[in-house]
Amino acid sequence: MTQDDARAIFLEELVKVAPDLDAEDIAAEDHIQDDLELDSMDVLNLVAALHARLGVDIPEADYVQIATPALAAAYLNGRMAA
Amino acid sequence: MGVFQMPSLGADMEDGTLVEWLVAPGDDVKRGDIVAVVETQKGAIEIEIFEAGIVQSLDAELGARLPVGAPLATILAEGEAPPPAPAAPTDEAEAERHEIAPTATAPPPPETRTITFGIAASPAARRRAAEAHIELAGLAGSGPGGAVMLRDVEGIAPAQDSPARKPSDAMAEMRKAIAAAMQRSKREIPHFQLSQSVDIQTASDWLSARNADLPPAERILLGTLFLKAAALAAAKVKEMNGHYGDDGFIPARAVNLGVAVALRGGGLIAPAIPQADGLSLPDLMAAMKDLVARARAMRLRSSEMTSGTLTVSSLGEKGADAMAGIIFPPQVALLAIGAPKLRPWVVDGEVVPRLLATFTLSADHRVSDGRQANRFLAEIDAQLQKPEAL
Repeated sequence: MTQDDARAIFLEELVKVAPDLDAEDIAAEDHIQDDLELDSMDVLNLVAALHARLGVDIPEADYVQIATPALAAAYLNGRMAA
Repeated sequence: MGVFQMPSLGADMEDGTLVEWLVAPGDDVKRGDIVAVVETQKGAIEIEIFEAGIVQSLDAELGARLPVGAPLATILAEGEAPPPAPAAPTDEAEAERHEIAPTATAPPPPETRTITFGIAASPAARRRAAEAHIELAGLAGSGPGGAVMLRDVEGIAPAQDSPARKPSDAMAEMRKAIAAAMQRSKREIPHFQLSQSVDIQTASDWLSARNADLPPAERILLGTLFLKAAALAAAKVKEMNGHYGDDGFIPARAVNLGVAVALRGGGLIAPAIPQADGLSLPDLMAAMKDLVARARAMRLRSSEMTSGTLTVSSLGEKGADAMAGIIFPPQVALLAIGAPKLRPWVVDGEVVPRLLATFTLSADHRVSDGRQANRFLAEIDAQLQKPEAL
């Protein structure tokens, strides 16, 4: 999986959690809570969706590493390669 | 025989639009069954029935905007004889007859009802058909009684450019509903507020340790601990839990905890989790997940809209320190929880960084004073110091 794949999957699951968002409008540096207004329940749903889809279990301590699409792409790519 | 009426789904509701029937004449219904969907200012609500019996007739037209109390259906108790057949089966006349008709020694009901109104269709289907310039009369309806549903129109309408969004007029309607309820509250309820800063470091640490060993699907949010603590406090301090009506305050036996859910795109809705004080943390978390998902999908049930006995509004993980909320009538208290913040705090004579959250209780002076409000907040504080017992 490349970082672009990881980013695409992250955005797909993100817009499922927040259907009013448009993946095309989300910038790589947008913060999912500060900019995209996800609440803690949304973040948990996103983490659960990524776990189900990629098998990557993101612990709470690592939530900061998926705070933007750019961060999440690097993090997920790293975890998948590991 | 009972007349099933358009229910009141909140202090602010005057009317609703019947969108869907989920039962047909002849169906058995039992208490708690979802029988219809009504579109309100706060979205589509699934309407439950609170008597058991057999659906004798459906007395309201799909798509009709009906006042609270309008007859929707006639329900026969088990073993009860059906009422006399209506002579002129227009809906209004039929409904009126049923209310005054004697129930004994009645002839059998007519086998079919004459539908005298226009094309039955859901409001969403009507709107979409109008946008796409499609005649409803030409469509095969897949809904109850052959009603044209949105899916029937979508099947032939050209695809929309953008994904379906809540139309702005729906947003305006919700804003009106919130304004009406809050104006009534401000007019009628002599509010007073008490705030308490609660050290939630222990609760947060306990939860982090618990969640660390669990996959995402089994993790619990800090907000769940707050709800449980609030529910337990409400069970102890009765003056915060119940409804204020024409006969004054009636404390509730159960704690049905209203949870204010912010809808993405704006607006707020506060459906209730029944008997929240008796739920384990995982069960309460599951109830919250389900409620938030259905609130956002605008698919709540009528009992959830009316049964709340105390509402909790949480500002979430990030946000302001505190909020003084407005009570949701006919309730008599509202608990607002500020965003947790790391702050200097004195523990055993030392200033140390601790995670704090400010709990602000708005209460109704017709029912309680600062003393009870104080007890309520102290109880929450105490509960959150021993999270393993929640």
